[in-house]
Amino acid sequence: MAAQEPVVPLVEREVALDIVKHGFMVAPLVLLVSGVRGWAGVASAVIALGIVLVNFLAAAAIMTRAAKSGPTAIGAAALGGYVLRLAVILVALVVLRHQPWIDLPTLGFVIVGTHLGLLVWEMKYVSLTLAAPGLKPARPGPSGDQ
Amino acid sequence: MALLHLLLAQAAADPTKGLTAIGRGIVYGGAAIGPGIGIGLVVGNAITAMARQPESAGTVRTTMFLGIAFTEALALFGFVLAFIISG
Repeated sequence: MAAQEPVVPLVEREVALDIVKHGFMVAPLVLLVSGVRGWAGVASAVIALGIVLVNFLAAAAIMTRAAKSGPTAIGAAALGGYVLRLAVILVALVVLRHQPWIDLPTLGFVIVGTHLGLLVWEMKYVSLTLAAPGLKPARPGPSGDQ
Repeated sequence: MALLHLLLAQAAADPTKGLTAIGRGIVYGGAAIGPGIGIGLVVGNAITAMARQPESAGTVRTTMFLGIAFTEALALFGFVLAFIISG
């Protein structure tokens, strides 16, 4: 009798959706701060936030799909996905850099800042809930059970 | 030969432009190589952990996903820096 494979939840998708949720929560603050640089700053911040959040979602989609095929596919997907996503970001930056309505420093700082900030936020969150990765534990009921 | 003359003429006209392009290439390439090695290490060790303890795959994959994203931030640093220094 073959050993039963453990069922693994779609952790990458849960983590990425959580990061996106947090991204939408911080978006008004980021746009407000970027407004110091004028409308070009706001437009750059919107695009940078979009790049970061789509990047997380794409990474999660690639990894989740690969995880269904096995560990070897995870390795290939992680490195292939890295190259693919960086290429997409590169193309986006090349296309946008000479647009008059883009403020390049704002675009860059928002990409790096939100990427790292959202990750640190999620890291703190995940480290608290490693028993159920990426998932907020259910609030205890009146009797104290989960 | 004509191409070489053209390149030399352009370099003589504005040498900083060519040097900026070379610098951007070095920053960009260096920023991509380091995280590539880092992600390879993260994924390789995660696969080893999952092979040894399949029941902990969920935890390992979560940590791996975040590790990859953190490592990728280094590449983003380099990309953004390369674009900002070139103006």
